[in-house]
Amino acid sequence: MAWLGLYNYWIVVFLMMAGLYIVIARENLIKKLVGLNVFQASVFILYITVGKVDGGTAPIIAEGIEVYSNPLPHVLILTAIVVGVATTALGLALVVRINEAYGTIEDDELEERERET
Amino acid sequence: MAATVFMIVRLRSLFAVVMLSGIYSLLAAVMFVVLDAVDVAFTEAAVGAGISTVLMLGALALVKSEEKTPERTAILPLLAALVAGAALVYGTLDMPHYGDPNAPAQKHVAPTYLMESVPKTTVPNVVTSVLASYRGYDTLGETVVILTAGVGVLLLLGGRRRRRKPGKEGE
Repeated sequence: MAWLGLYNYWIVVFLMMAGLYIVIARENLIKKLVGLNVFQASVFILYITVGKVDGGTAPIIAEGIEVYSNPLPHVLILTAIVVGVATTALGLALVVRINEAYGTIEDDELEERERET
Repeated sequence: MAATVFMIVRLRSLFAVVMLSGIYSLLAAVMFVVLDAVDVAFTEAAVGAGISTVLMLGALALVKSEEKTPERTAILPLLAALVAGAALVYGTLDMPHYGDPNAPAQKHVAPTYLMESVPKTTVPNVVTSVLASYRGYDTLGETVVILTAGVGVLLLLGGRRRRRKPGKEGE
């Protein structure tokens, strides 16, 4: 059952590649941003998985508990989540502006209109 | 979670996609609780599932909410994703197993923080003490990033109203 220890990573890889595929293949800009979020969340899960220790609890020091999970990935990911939302907000603002300027948020239609002008 | 992501890839209605991405975030938060990261879990539930979804819905109210169907299915991106995925799976074969207490990540500075957090900062929650005390400057940098993003959004969307008004007067 040696492969079971890697199962979590494989889930992460699947989610990550699904996010990557959405970002590359889909023309809709909002869909691309959702794909970016999916990708991001999968990276978060990867980090938190690395921090998990067997039999450990949440890293809040209390009496009678000896094993804690690694707090450092948690700190990194807390920061990353907040920064991720900031980038999402900025991206959505750009999408709204693009929609106003061109009247579409599909990537290929954008290119066509760009060529026309 | 995998099913949710699959539906996100397939669905064309952007409202459904945005709601599914909220569900995806919430599932990720549940996973974080299982993996002992309670702080991360409630941040993800509040910020990832809450604020992100609200922002997306706000943007959807301003743009078309239906994605058009592509003329052909994209083979090249699928291929790229599969190749990258295979490479990553090959990479995981060398990773330490799930929950391994002897993994390099558990041996480096983490024990120091766990041992010294209470004597040095008197904060029992190690995540808080590292975030606000040991790495306080990084958190300051994080807030600067949020400020920059906020300013950027305001510039992008705030300038719009002013620019549109003179345009209307010109017409």
